[in-house]
This record gives sequence, structure tokens and C-alpha cells, in this order.
Amino acid sequence: MSKQKIIVVGGGLAGLMATMKIAEKGVPVDLLSLVPVKRSHSVCAQGGINAALNTKGENDSTDEHFDDTVYGGDFLANQPPVKRMCEAAPGIIYTMDRMGVMFTRTAEGLLDLRNFGGQKNKRTAFAGATTGAQLEYCCDEQVRKHEAAGIVTKYEGWEFLSAVIDEKGVCRGCIAQNLVTLEIRVFKGDAVILATGGGGMIYAKSTTSTICTGSAAGSIFQQGAYLANMEFIQIHPTAMLGDDKTRLMSESARGDGGRIWTYKDGKPWYFLEEMYPAYGNLVPRDIASRAIHKVCVDMGLGIDGQNQVYLDLSHLPSEFLDRRLGGIMEIYEKFHGDNPRKVPMKIFPGIHYFMGGIHVSDEHMTNIPGLFACGECDYMYHGANRLGANSLLSALYSGTVCGPAALKYIKGLDRLSEEVEDKHFAQELKKQAAYNESITKMSGTENPYQLHQDLGDHMRANVGVVRNNKDLAANDQFLREIKERWTKINMVDGHNYSNQTILFTRELKNMIEVAHAITIGALQRNESRGSHYKPEFPDRDDEQFLKTSKSRWTPKGPVIEWEEVDVSLVKPRKRVYNVSKEASASGK
Amino acid sequence: MANDKVISLRIKRQDGPKTAPYWEEFHIPYKPNMNVVSVLMEVRKNPVNLQGKAVNPVVWECNCLEEVCGACTMLINGVPRQSCAALIDKIYEQTGFGKQITLAPLTKFPIIRDLMVDRQRMFENLKRVKAWVNVDGSWAINRGPRFADREQRWAYAISRCMTCGCCQEACPNVSNKSKFIGPSHIAQVRLFNTHPIGEMQKEERLNALMLEGGIQECGNAQNCRQVCPKEIPLTKHIAAMNKETIKYAFRRWRYKDSSGQ
Repeated sequence: MSKQKIIVVGGGLAGLMATMKIAEKGVPVDLLSLVPVKRSHSVCAQGGINAALNTKGENDSTDEHFDDTVYGGDFLANQPPVKRMCEAAPGIIYTMDRMGVMFTRTAEGLLDLRNFGGQKNKRTAFAGATTGAQLEYCCDEQVRKHEAAGIVTKYEGWEFLSAVIDEKGVCRGCIAQNLVTLEIRVFKGDAVILATGGGGMIYAKSTTSTICTGSAAGSIFQQGAYLANMEFIQIHPTAMLGDDKTRLMSESARGDGGRIWTYKDGKPWYFLEEMYPAYGNLVPRDIASRAIHKVCVDMGLGIDGQNQVYLDLSHLPSEFLDRRLGGIMEIYEKFHGDNPRKVPMKIFPGIHYFMGGIHVSDEHMTNIPGLFACGECDYMYHGANRLGANSLLSALYSGTVCGPAALKYIKGLDRLSEEVEDKHFAQELKKQAAYNESITKMSGTENPYQLHQDLGDHMRANVGVVRNNKDLAANDQFLREIKERWTKINMVDGHNYSNQTILFTRELKNMIEVAHAITIGALQRNESRGSHYKPEFPDRDDEQFLKTSKSRWTPKGPVIEWEEVDVSLVKPRKRVYNVSKEASASGK
Repeated sequence: MANDKVISLRIKRQDGPKTAPYWEEFHIPYKPNMNVVSVLMEVRKNPVNLQGKAVNPVVWECNCLEEVCGACTMLINGVPRQSCAALIDKIYEQTGFGKQITLAPLTKFPIIRDLMVDRQRMFENLKRVKAWVNVDGSWAINRGPRFADREQRWAYAISRCMTCGCCQEACPNVSNKSKFIGPSHIAQVRLFNTHPIGEMQKEERLNALMLEGGIQECGNAQNCRQVCPKEIPLTKHIAAMNKETIKYAFRRWRYKDSSGQ
């Protein structure tokens, strides 16, 4: 076994895939995760994973997948990494199949493929409507095999607090805290990979799990890592409204024939089919969410006068629905009560996915050497809008890039993290322990959970589907105030054992910092592109804003720098979905 | 008046693994469409008990809130289930509106604090039965094996197991002291023994099923099937694996060879 060691933080698909790649090369991994890795948020992905397998007689190709992805992302993604991802996709699916993922099959025993938004070919492999869970379980099992062999050590129930950075600015490990004992300790590692997911909880109500706080990204942001394109937040068009969370109703419902409608003049109005005849119900998510928002908020045509429209599957056979969409049928029936086989589901757009994230090189290394990021917490593959079923792909693919890249990096190091002077670890440990102590003693008047709800309410209202500079400026001001209010929190839990409130209070501070990066990015990007829509600036402005926004933390608030986008492979063109891609390319 | 309606909770609490448990009651304003998790979230926003005393927020585990992660299992009115999917209105349909709801931690696992327990044992037991497909590595080779749709349909149902612990809690033969791997894990063996590549190492898993804490400890109480939130027909899979292990044991004895060939 190698004397070197790599730390992976996060046990979702990206983290597990990176872990596998490293363990296979004989390098030990310490795998840190908030929850038993099998419970990571990847399990919530439903509809499927894209790969141009071309088994449906449609002449599909990885080039077509690549073009759909960069076009769907409104040309904001650097193109070469996206191309490599699309080329690797079929191999990844076949590997997952060999590892035992129970993909849905055709009559001849091959992987079935379904339609998804923003792409015309059947390209989405799936396991009913629980594809994320099936992929996550499979990776969990493979990593368990490596754990049983002794090369992977899991630390489940540990929270990443900060990176340890030496005098040369190189990351040499991290500090983490045990959720139960509250012990804070050093983890030495020659490289640290963050695979810590998105930050849906910053909006309080979203389709994401409660662990998706973006806290780890917020922490290294304050340590000098750049965040990128944070203003691009995917709002999923079809979510069930709820008090505690908005539950995802998969895009595969539309891929398999579901239709969106509301009443207009007393008759059903299939507005997506009317507005976008070429793609209909399968327009990309940003387009569908804006259309639903317009119909409900601007035109007042929501069902029962509320902000909701129908997602209708009731015309499809029950047996077909149970086999292909059973997972979401169950969720809707259990949490809403109505039977979606018989009556249309009521849905409205909900916060879903972070296209932006930690800024990384093509090799997934941040601007802090030795610190890597992959999965939803990076910014790499989706530009200004992610296509459905590309997230499971980018999570797995980025793990297959990041793991080997970290291995290559540690080979070139001149000394082991074990040989680094102890003072660097001791200093950071002391700093985090002191911070923890100060949180424990907070005795103000604010309840941290109530404060979190205020944060989410403001973010949803001001940095949602439609953005105005006035609201964004007000949100900036609100965030400055909430940072102040955070210092006046009352530590409502007095225990020093399994105290969830201490950890949540720390996360909340990091969430506010990330919220600030989102808000300032949105404020400064005076154009409309992908999920970022400003009526004051309704068009895409390539001249000024075909650029990645890079956010740098300062005590006075985030500072934005702009970076050129690599569009060397496909020339940016206008993005429209009312006509086919071919027609739009020829300028008709 | 509508806003006078309250949800009454009685919660079994415990400050740590070694301290004594106690019961505490809370009243939370009623709203339609709440579930047990959203009620607990209200408690922590204003952690004051029925007597009006400020207390520590209740500690419990949850994550996805849509019954796919398996984190939030607890005893709700004595039944093990996912608390996110325990809708208050549905509970009241059975018990009557406003009837007190009892929450308690699972009893088959060590307590950490309040409603939070340590279920690590289940993940350790997945190692015992080698619950994985033993591929050479994670690199792309080519297309995977063909697999019939009819097999996939029932195998997929097993593969939805969240390792939530409901079946373990309901099983009279699982306890803190017994080594029984429990119903979910026996079904997992069937899953991996069915996959065309997993099948190539099926003897290893059958061997594991026949060791101490294996399938022979099942007492056929059939509780597991009733509480599985994913409605996995666990008893059917246990019966099938029972047959498999007996066949395999006979072959192994007859041919004195662990491969059973």
C-alpha cells in the first residue's frame, strides 16, 4: 500500500467514483461523509443518465450529445471538458451495468432508453424512476468492497470544517468534526477532494436533501478558493409544493409522455406545446420554468388561482406508469394523496441544482494546489443551464477525472503530508476549535433555524426565476444584515453531545457567504442567459458576458472577476426551442 | 377556531447512550399536509415543551424528506417507519383528529441521543454477505451482460432497499445481542446472486448466509414484509434463499467441495 493518502469528502456519486479510482491504484483513501454514504443526496435523482448509446435506430452520437449539452447550457461551459464527458458516457453506463445497476431493460435484454428535455434522441438510460438511488447503491457496494479490503476507511458522521494550507499555499489535509462526539481533529492527506454537492438549502425550500447546504464550498471560499458562475441556479419546472420541502417530480414523466397544462378560457391549454412546437413538453428546464412562472404569476392562470399547473400522466396506461415511473408515482401519492394515474399532478417550479460551484481546472483542481472538487460542487459541465439526466453523468464522470488527477498530482509532490511541519495542522485545528467554542457560547436572541428560514425566503423571492437589479441590491443589503444577525444567535441546545445546532449554526454562516456570491454574481451579470433571466436585460450579451464569473471572498463581500469561456469547438449561436436545432443553426 | 388546533406529540428522549430515557410532550400549531419531520422542524424553531419550559431541540436524523434515503426511521405510534412519509393527516384518519402521536427511537440499535440511533451494524453486515458484484475494476470494457426484462422487474424491487432498518426493528429475531443479519440482507444476497456477473460468486454469499447469524435464524414471523416502506416481498425472497442454501449445503456435503459442483 502506498504511503501517500487522499482524503475524499462526500459519499455521493462523484465522491464514491473518485474513491474507487484511487483505491484501485493502491492508494489509501479516507472517505468523510455527513451521513452513511448510502444516504447521500444522489439517491434523490430520478429520471436517468444520458449517454449516446445509439441503440434506438436514431443515429445518435456523442457529438450530438455534446452539442445538445453546450447549446442547452447557453454556451457558458468550457467546451473541451464537456466533449470528453459526452465521449466517456457510454463507457460509464456499461461499467455501471456490469457492476449490477438494475437498469430498465428492452425485450431483448438491453438497456432501455427514454426521452429527456432539450434533446431529440432517446439517450437516457434509467432504472425506473429511481436511477440516482440505483447508481448510488452500486457505487456504495463497490466502495464497500474496497473498505472490506482495507484500502478505504470511511468516516461517516463527520463534517468537513476547513482545509489545512501550508506556508506555500498547498493543501495538506483538512479539519473535520464528528457529528456525535463533536470531536474536532486533523485529517492529513496529500490531496483533498471535495465532492460535497450543491447548496439547495441556501434557498431553504428546494428539491435537495437537508445536508445540501454548500457549507464545505462556503468554507473554502473564505479560505481563498474561487467560486464560479454561482448565479446559475437550476429551477426545476415540476416540483410538488410542500411546507418542509418541494419534492421533485422527474422530467422523465414528460419524457415518457406527460403533458403540462392549465385552464384558459375554460379549456385545457397545453402551453408548452403551443409556445415551443419543436420540443413541446421537453424544452429544457429553464425554459419550462419561465413559461410556468409566466402563466401563473403574470397571466394569473394557475390552477385554482394558485401558483400551480398540471403535470398530466392520466392518459397513460397504469402498468406502463408503474413500471417506468413507479418511484415518483409513490412519492406523489404518499405526500399529496391523489393518485397520479387517475388525476393530473399539481406542480410548480422549485429550486433544484447548482450549475455553478467551486472553480476548478480541467483536472478538477481548485486554485489551492492539492485541493480538488468534483460533482455538483464544481462548476464545470453545465454552463448556464443543465440538461436533465446530465447531472448523474457529470457526477460520475467528474469522479473518474478527479480521482486520477489527484493521483497524478500526489506523485509529483516533494514531501508527504505526514512530513509537513506539525504547526500548520496545529494552527488550523486551534482556529477551528476556538470557532467551535465561540459558537457553543452564543447567547443572543436569534434562533438559527428561524434565521435560516428568513435566508431562504429572501433568496427565493429575490434570486429566483425572474431577477431584477433592484431586488438583487436589496438582497445584498439583507445578506449584510443577516451576517450581523448571525452573530446574535442563541445556542438553543446546551449539550456537548450530538448537538446538531452547533453544526447547523456553523453551516448557516457558510450558507450566507455562498448566498452572497450567488447574489452578487446575479447582480453584476446584466444579461439573460440560461437559468439567469433579467427582464431589464432580456437578451444574451456574448460581447460582455460570454464569460465565467469568478467570485473571490473578501470580508466586505464577494468580488467578481471575469474569465474567457473556451468555445473552440462549437461556435455560439442563438438558443431557441420553438424550432428544431437544425433550423435554428441555419438561421431560419 | 382553526388556529387553536394543535398537534400533540409525546417523544421518548434520552440525552446520551448511558443516561436514562424520559418522555416529553410538545404542542405544535396544526397546519394541513404536515408530516412528522416537518413537525419536528417546528419544534426546533421554538423548542419549548408543553409545560412552557425552554428545552433542548429534539435530535433526530433525516435527509431526503421523500422516503428514498432511509435516514429518518423511528417508531411512530409504535410502528417502525420513515418519519418524513408519516403524514399527520393520514395518522389522524386512523386515530382521530388531534389524538396524541408518540415518537420513540428504534429499539434494536444503540441509542445516540433522543430519536437518533446507530445503525452501523447493518452496513457492516452487508460486508459479511459480500453484497456487491465483484467486477475487475471500474474502467470501461464494453457492453454489460444481457439481462431479461422479467428478471429485472423483481430484482429491481429488491435493489430499492434503503437499509432503513424497519424490517430489522420489526423482526423478533433481530436484537442488540443476536448476530442475525436480518431480512433485508437475505434479500440482498438474492439480488446479487441473480445478476449475471454477481451470480459467478454466488457460493461465497451462500456460504455467508449459512454462518452464525445467517438465514437459519429467521423464525418466519413475517413482520418484515409488513413494515418495508419499499414493499419488498421479503418473506418470498427469504423462502427462496432458504431453498437455495439447503440445495447448496447438500451439494457441498456430497461433493466435499466449497464450490458445490
